Amino acid sequence: MADYETIPINTLFEIPKLNPGVMKESSPFVAAPAHQEALGFPGELVDNWQEKAIEKLGELLEKSRALRVYMDGCVKCGACTDKCHYFLGTGDPKNMPVARQDLLRKIYRRYFTFSGKYFPKLVGAEDLTKEVLDDWYSYFHQCSQCRRCSVYCPYGIDTAEISMAAREIMDHIGKGQKYCNEILGKVHKIGNNLGLPEKALINTLEDLEEDIEDETGVKVRIPVNEKGADILLVTPSADFFAEPHIDGLIGYAKVFHQAGASWTVSSYASEAANFAMFIGSYEQMKLVAERIRKAAQDLGVKRIIFGECGHAWRVAYSFMNTLAGPFDFLDPAYPVPQHICEYTWDLIQKDKLTLDKSANDHMTLTFHDSCNVARGSRMGDTPGGQFEIPRAIIKAVCNNFVDMAPDTIKEGTFCCGGGGGLLTDDLMEIRTKGASPRMTALQEVVKDSGVTHMAAICAICKTQFAKIMPTYGIGMDRIVSLHQLVSNAIVLDVPPEDEVEAETNEDVATA
Amino acid sequence: MLLSTIFAVLFYLATAFLVVGLAYKIRLYARTPAPLKIPTTPAPVTQTGVVLRMFREVAFFESLFKSNKWTWLFGWVFHFAMLLVVLRHLRYFTEPVWSWVNLIQPFGKYAGFAMLAGLLALWARRFLVERVRYISGPSDHLMLMLLVGIAASGLMMKYVVHTDIVALKAFALGLIYFNWQPLPADPVLILHLSLVLILMFVFPISKLLHAPGVFFSPSRNQVDNPREKRHLAPWAAALDSEPNGGE
Repeated sequence: MADYETIPINTLFEIPKLNPGVMKESSPFVAAPAHQEALGFPGELVDNWQEKAIEKLGELLEKSRALRVYMDGCVKCGACTDKCHYFLGTGDPKNMPVARQDLLRKIYRRYFTFSGKYFPKLVGAEDLTKEVLDDWYSYFHQCSQCRRCSVYCPYGIDTAEISMAAREIMDHIGKGQKYCNEILGKVHKIGNNLGLPEKALINTLEDLEEDIEDETGVKVRIPVNEKGADILLVTPSADFFAEPHIDGLIGYAKVFHQAGASWTVSSYASEAANFAMFIGSYEQMKLVAERIRKAAQDLGVKRIIFGECGHAWRVAYSFMNTLAGPFDFLDPAYPVPQHICEYTWDLIQKDKLTLDKSANDHMTLTFHDSCNVARGSRMGDTPGGQFEIPRAIIKAVCNNFVDMAPDTIKEGTFCCGGGGGLLTDDLMEIRTKGASPRMTALQEVVKDSGVTHMAAICAICKTQFAKIMPTYGIGMDRIVSLHQLVSNAIVLDVPPEDEVEAETNEDVATA
Repeated sequence: MLLSTIFAVLFYLATAFLVVGLAYKIRLYARTPAPLKIPTTPAPVTQTGVVLRMFREVAFFESLFKSNKWTWLFGWVFHFAMLLVVLRHLRYFTEPVWSWVNLIQPFGKYAGFAMLAGLLALWARRFLVERVRYISGPSDHLMLMLLVGIAASGLMMKYVVHTDIVALKAFALGLIYFNWQPLPADPVLILHLSLVLILMFVFPISKLLHAPGVFFSPSRNQVDNPREKRHLAPWAAALDSEPNGGE
């Protein structure tokens, strides 16, 4: 269909020639009035949108030190120009982080600075016109808010903060993005991005329990809304049905089973993702986070654990305490929240899981650091735990592990191409092109080190890779969940029917 | 004497504008709340760690080093040569000259060349590298032109056409002690000082704000401890008191 369907693999880090305007027409579907109004935004572009946009920008400048400092501080040194996967994949100069920022900065300068008011030409200040708004809508939806540019900026300017602000402004003048806003409406109404109601969720998970029992002969439970459980698991709703996500969910369930833990999923907060971050709305983000707080209180749990999801973990780890805290009603012995990888790694270190690495011998693994986990969060007690813990788990459950090129992993990791609210079919072209740096790095280890599969800990990464890898000549089944590897390796033992309690930990561990 | 008066007045105005302008901006940065914890991770988990991270950023341009070795080299050489040159210039404003200023004098003398070389290399990138050419605007070129002009006119006086440095120092001290002295009417000196005046006026209203700004960058100055310590901006705290879904 489209001309991007056969994409040659670049030499690693080949920086493209500039191709101005090539992605100008790539913009997502605009939110319908119903989607907008459900979130309290105007249904369609308001008449005095220029005035409203400038007013909103002024308000955001008052509310966010990051935005204010980042609007002023850029010296156009060019450090970020070759760091964005969307630029590397398209060559469109407006996908260079500094140029993307400048789309908002030129308006800031025009209306909020002395030099821009009196010498607009000199400092690149521009009036807010329809053309500028169109550019905003296109190019601020070609940023996955992965923060890679912020690593290399000498002032730490984070384009994610700027694209969030721009999207917040566009929402407030009635030009929101359909994908994110429609999903947020579902979360507010039903509790998850899919709009999967309680009954359907319970049925799905009962079926999954049966599948696990059929396959393993062991009754591994996936409880829903179980009052008095110790642990509330909050996981992306894709884990309930999508491939390979669901294999990760089975992995979490097996880990909890072997630990003898008492845990539950909540139907009210059946979504780890918080798409409000993508649209830069603190208020929306708070509403979604508060559902998790309420679920934890209603169910009377002691701890909250998050499943594999990149930006969800950023919101959970970095923002949830701010948005919906304090969580002083939970057991203070555990961090709030915990990542499932922290939980599993803790059990592995305490030798509480019996693992048969050979179960994964048919694979050679590499690991994709999800951008929001890598650069927006942490795991464990020390900086960089978000890189070490997932790798430690993989090495504990697999014999064959190879890392991709050093500049493409850990803090330098490339986004999958589908993050930041871009995981929608109307943005397929930019998603495919934006994946090329990661695909290039993957191809290299496939060729040189015989890598067969790539593990990820993010629902968006998994969906994105399953969708675009075939375009790059890699089978869609080559992307796996990290806990799918754990699931393969974990040796289940059969506890007596009525004794799935924490007290049986010892017996379970020594089996 | 008219020339001396004009320059004296301009220097007072420029100094006032620089100090007040910077103080205003710094106050604005400091008082604008940061609603969320957004350090670029891996980030330090203690305040001491943050001080060290900021020191590495400001003293060694750590992030730029990760990005591009050439830009780092040119940028670092320019900035630290300029620092030496500025410190060396303290000898024109102090009597007796502080001993450490005397100590750096031999290095400061040659740092002007390094500063100029760094600037020219940075400027060349704006023409030669397609991506950097695309993002460079008129003000970016003018800023470099201004700094190159300052460095070149300074070097001219140091190595080619000396100015009456004793009279210049008397003028500078006169400004400080409100005991005005005549300024040598030397064209290169007048050019040098005029460009410096422009720089002082431009500083608080231009991208030179990156100098104070870097210290306020949340992605660099925040401690990575959101789970341990609840971070709450005043305007966000106000939202907390509104009724929510919780009990």
